[in-house]
Amino acid sequence: MSLLTLKNVGYQVGKQQILRDISLNIDAGEWVTFAGPSGSGKSTLARIIASLLSRTSGDLIFDGQSIDSYDPIAYRRRVSYGFQQPTLFGETVRDNLAFPYQIRQLPFDEQRADTALEYVGLVAADLDKAVIDLSGGQRQRVALLRNVMIYPEVLILDEVTAGLDAENKAFVWSLIDHFNQDDGITILTITHDQSEIVAAKRLVTIVDGQIVPGGAS
Amino acid sequence: MNLAVNNQSLVLALGLVMIALVIGWKEKLGIDRDMIIGVVRAVIQLFVVGYLLKYVFRIANIWLTAILILIIIFNAGYNAKQRSGGIPKALPISVGAILISTSVTLGVLMLAGAIKFIPSQMIPISGMIASNSMVAIGLCYRNLNAQFKQERQAVLEKLALGADLKDASRDIVRASIKTGMQPTIDSAKTVGIVSLPGMMSGLIFAGVDPVRAIKYQIMVTFMLMSATSIGSVLACYWAYRGFYNERKQLQVPSN
Repeated sequence: MSLLTLKNVGYQVGKQQILRDISLNIDAGEWVTFAGPSGSGKSTLARIIASLLSRTSGDLIFDGQSIDSYDPIAYRRRVSYGFQQPTLFGETVRDNLAFPYQIRQLPFDEQRADTALEYVGLVAADLDKAVIDLSGGQRQRVALLRNVMIYPEVLILDEVTAGLDAENKAFVWSLIDHFNQDDGITILTITHDQSEIVAAKRLVTIVDGQIVPGGAS
Repeated sequence: MNLAVNNQSLVLALGLVMIALVIGWKEKLGIDRDMIIGVVRAVIQLFVVGYLLKYVFRIANIWLTAILILIIIFNAGYNAKQRSGGIPKALPISVGAILISTSVTLGVLMLAGAIKFIPSQMIPISGMIASNSMVAIGLCYRNLNAQFKQERQAVLEKLALGADLKDASRDIVRASIKTGMQPTIDSAKTVGIVSLPGMMSGLIFAGVDPVRAIKYQIMVTFMLMSATSIGSVLACYWAYRGFYNERKQLQVPSN
């Protein structure tokens, strides 16, 4: 059984049809890359899957049940969404990495944060570093860690490597691969990057709000 | 009583309005019509309220006093709602917040023996409390609207991480409560140094010993702190949910 099933998902604002008849099965542990021109509806689809927007037609099944049957907050803790240019919260890296614990009323696992920071090329002392002192690449790494401090089952990443230099891009990509391969998180990425499209394990191309026939592998 | 404002002096004081009108006309501010309407409304409203209060004070009926206080509270709530910029349920939220802030503040003042439930005390004090609460709530609404637009991305990110609505809105709600209370806190800091506020000035004007007048002003300062803080907290915590739909998704209200 698929972890995520989209059945004829559509999204319409007024008379404008942004997405139409999107049908897709995504299995647990898969890494699906969504590509397509700007304005084709990729981010809208991602936000619908993340429950930040509601579809206007069709159905979305997660873990055997319609998305509507889940409490949206509980659902978003299982299906996490990372933004292209993330906003870091508060003043320090700690404020960000502790946030997932705070909202679940759990004690902050500082040891895990230290290990995670080291894994992404930062050091434990950076936990108390001011977010305004982080570089673009470091901000994106901290934001990604924020999404996985407590593992979600699905991680949706919306052009998270856009605007990063080649080195940071490769690093973030390897990090996502690690989340997928080693941690078993189902990954949905949106990208414009040609090398990421070529390297996609499974590619879904969306044009004008529709999956291009043959564009889904 | 050493007040000597008669109808003739009021007519002469109308010259002050003429000064404002001439400035508005010379500078092409386009506010002549608004100013004239404002002046006419102020004169009519104040005359009506003056005669009404005279009648109410004379018959000193508890129920009539209570009804008038409720009317003041409803009007204040209605005006605060006008500043809500489309926040859902702004009228019941505003009226509820002003009702509670006014009731709590009046209750404490009565228990402390500072005021009695007689119309000549209750009505003006209720008006002061409700109007300050109204201004505070209006500021809260404006700030909530501005912040939910400005901080849209941060709120979305918090939601995307699985934050509940309270966690996702906490910073905005806090900033808005602060905005609502700030004018009262600022004026408390400068009272007596920069301004001699209305009540104190009125008492001094009417010949009351300034030392007695300041005691009333201290009471007013305390009660306004209480009213604006209660009003702001309630309005912000009740209103922020209006920025989300039933699926707990962010939706900035349209005006």
